Amino acid sequence: MKAGIVSFGVYVPYYRLSRDLIAKAWGGRSMGGERSVANHDEDSITMAVQAAINCLGGINRDEVDGLFFVSTTSPYKEKQCASIVAAAVDLRRDIITIDFANSLRSGTNALRLALDTVSNGSARNILVVAADCRLGYPQSVQEQAFGDGAAAILIGNSQTVANVEKMVSSTDDIIDVWRLDTDTFVRSWEDRWVLSYGYARNMKEAILKVMKENNLATGDLTKAVFYAPEGRSHRELARDLGLSDSQLQDSLLDSVGNTGVAHPLLMLASALSEAKLGDKILLASYGDGSDAFLLQATQEIEGVKSRRDIEGYLTTKRALPAYEKYLLFRQLVAQSEEFVRLFPSATVVWRTRNWVLAGHGSKCKRCGLVTFPIQRVCYGCQSKDEYEEVRLTDKRGKVFTFSLDYLAGTPQPPVVQTVVESEGGARIYCLMTDCEAEEVKVDMPVEMVLRKFHQFGGFHNYFWKCRPVREG
Amino acid sequence: MESIKDKVAIIGMGCTKFGENWEQDSGDMIIEAAYEAYTDAGIEPKDIQAAWVGTVSAHWVGMGGLCLAEPLKLPRIPVTRVENYCTTGHEALRNATFGIASGMYDIVLALGFEKLKDTGFPGLGVGRGMHPVLEMRRTAPGSFALIATRYFYTYGLSPNEGKRVLAKIAVKNHRNGSLDPKAHLRREVTLEQVLNAPIIAWPLGLFDCCGNSDGAAAAILVRGDIAKKFKDNPIYIKGIGLSQNPMMPHFEPNFDWTGFEVNRIASRQAYQQAGITKPREQLDLAEVHDCFTITELIIYEDFGFSPKGRAKEDVEAGNFALEGDLPVNSDGGLKAFGHPIGASGLRMTYEVYKQLQGKAELPARQLKRAEVGLAHTLGGHPQVSCVAIFGINPG
Repeated sequence: MKAGIVSFGVYVPYYRLSRDLIAKAWGGRSMGGERSVANHDEDSITMAVQAAINCLGGINRDEVDGLFFVSTTSPYKEKQCASIVAAAVDLRRDIITIDFANSLRSGTNALRLALDTVSNGSARNILVVAADCRLGYPQSVQEQAFGDGAAAILIGNSQTVANVEKMVSSTDDIIDVWRLDTDTFVRSWEDRWVLSYGYARNMKEAILKVMKENNLATGDLTKAVFYAPEGRSHRELARDLGLSDSQLQDSLLDSVGNTGVAHPLLMLASALSEAKLGDKILLASYGDGSDAFLLQATQEIEGVKSRRDIEGYLTTKRALPAYEKYLLFRQLVAQSEEFVRLFPSATVVWRTRNWVLAGHGSKCKRCGLVTFPIQRVCYGCQSKDEYEEVRLTDKRGKVFTFSLDYLAGTPQPPVVQTVVESEGGARIYCLMTDCEAEEVKVDMPVEMVLRKFHQFGGFHNYFWKCRPVREG
Repeated sequence: MESIKDKVAIIGMGCTKFGENWEQDSGDMIIEAAYEAYTDAGIEPKDIQAAWVGTVSAHWVGMGGLCLAEPLKLPRIPVTRVENYCTTGHEALRNATFGIASGMYDIVLALGFEKLKDTGFPGLGVGRGMHPVLEMRRTAPGSFALIATRYFYTYGLSPNEGKRVLAKIAVKNHRNGSLDPKAHLRREVTLEQVLNAPIIAWPLGLFDCCGNSDGAAAAILVRGDIAKKFKDNPIYIKGIGLSQNPMMPHFEPNFDWTGFEVNRIASRQAYQQAGITKPREQLDLAEVHDCFTITELIIYEDFGFSPKGRAKEDVEAGNFALEGDLPVNSDGGLKAFGHPIGASGLRMTYEVYKQLQGKAELPARQLKRAEVGLAHTLGGHPQVSCVAIFGINPG
């Protein structure tokens, strides 16, 4: 096979909810540990963008020929989301963009298609980015078990950190875990049947098949990365396959939760960040069948340590003080109407996409001044249309001044208003997110993140905010 | 460029009570302000040859001068609606002034009004502009708090020290407002009350913010050379400056956030026309745009009343109080009157006009020496500044 993994990146939201707090809210039993919770301004698209940017650090974005967006929680039922992610990540327009949805297995479906596409030579690199933000019914096991997160894998044919030796797939029509097109919360059939006949049977079949086709025994694997709906079935399957504890990749269920389509890729990224040359890694996912892959780490694996990996996200976090915050963030409780004086306009957003989504500023070719948003007439020297667009969203900055605004609304008051001085001198007026009011200071270092702003006009409006740089 | 000095005079003014005028709509307030001005000037509505009206409320945008012509039943004369953010009231006065100075008209009306209390929101609202996301959560207190944060940082004031200086400005303006029957907030406050008030947009607390009010104010303007035919004590326009920043400060590279170039330019233009070289000494009073206490603090410096970074010393010495050497916001300013946007510039002019004529309502607040006064509005993010200077004596 002529394709493999070139790079990977993950994203886990800043906030965590202790499962004890969920249990306390309902008077039920806690599964223990904590789950990640996307902030009120995050969704599958914004998380995907962050994972994609982490994955592309140091890589020439013009060499990416495709973007596959994967989610069962796309913010749109009709309209492509891959195109939004591609625009925010600032990829070229002449690329292939596809949305994968519905099945929990679609993360690895996308991975397989990306591998095939690159193998047959119709693309150099394809970015697969999966994100989910699923909701379990209040009081359900899923409410505790689910987590929010994203993972991105760049598939390519040169400088791969891991090559894919073999892949197999199977399909199985089974109504085990599902949502109707009108459902908010995940439904499931009796879990004993779901876990044994759905999960364990399908996974075992695919895993044994891919090992056999590659003449591998369980003992030959360095790491086994496979999806787990919850902890016990994950451990039971490992035992059944004869895997030792050290071979089994941490399921992240205690620290992050089950992140749906992103989960197998999140675990894979986690495994790759610890991998060494020659390591053999098994990847298997579940959802209406199973996909299994055998990977082998190359010498390029040694060079990936500098990127922000899962460890950073696991250690930089903040616990939500109460279960109610989760309800607020996920819009599961009604909020009073706000007096916001903005005019939604699809045409305005489209016309200004180069700065709204791609985060470009303008750099004057005459005097060198960098400004945001893009200015046709230079503020410094009044030259007209003599600028080049520069991407400011991957530059860091410092807070020049700020205010903590209690009048401006939002589910998480106060609104932190900031003027950021970006590297290169551009000033960006933006909101700060993922922060506590007490920690905001003049001169504090920040990075730019895409976030959801509102749904006026009946569509999602995204724009950039800043957040404190937290080296994990 | 010629100076506007003495070419135009004000012979009559009117101003409504500012506040939560639940029982009045815009038309009622317009009528009240205009008829007070007619009476003060001793003219009839039919004498007016042209009118300029200032308002920024969205429902009047695009509706020209109808908001004025209809309630006043103006006799088919030209009426122009103007707006320029918070300088809107001043903009009506400024354009009316140039209308007279052009020689086209002899008597005109300038009126500003705003009806803010019909929105259901206790402030000017959240978000601004034609772009769907760029200013999503921008509020006025949030933007002006950006100045306070950076000012404190630049001049080494701890938040507590900084807030104490600002609180003294609030205490002063509340005291002045308590003496003016037309003010919205007519209550004195203590330093402790100001410091302990809830935060609106850190570091600004409740008493650092001006009120949210309804109001209208009007002026009758005539040619300077015929002013005395109407009135013994007309007030002459000595200079008007206006400056607009070409970029929102929030996005402006190198903007220092401790003062505003537009304030410095607009005041310099007005000083120059009025022949003022030492504003601190030559001005007898100044009505400045204290939408927030921090705004008043930086205006002291932008206008040359205090050296840069040292307005604190003047505040602590009480130099801008009613008894100080340069009383600032002798009527309580926006702090006590609130800021019905289109009305404010003319309400400030009303205070200067009355003080220069020696006709402040209560003797307790009449300044002893009042011959030259300044009125100033600062609008936008802030981005536009207008300074007008008036004098009781021609020449």
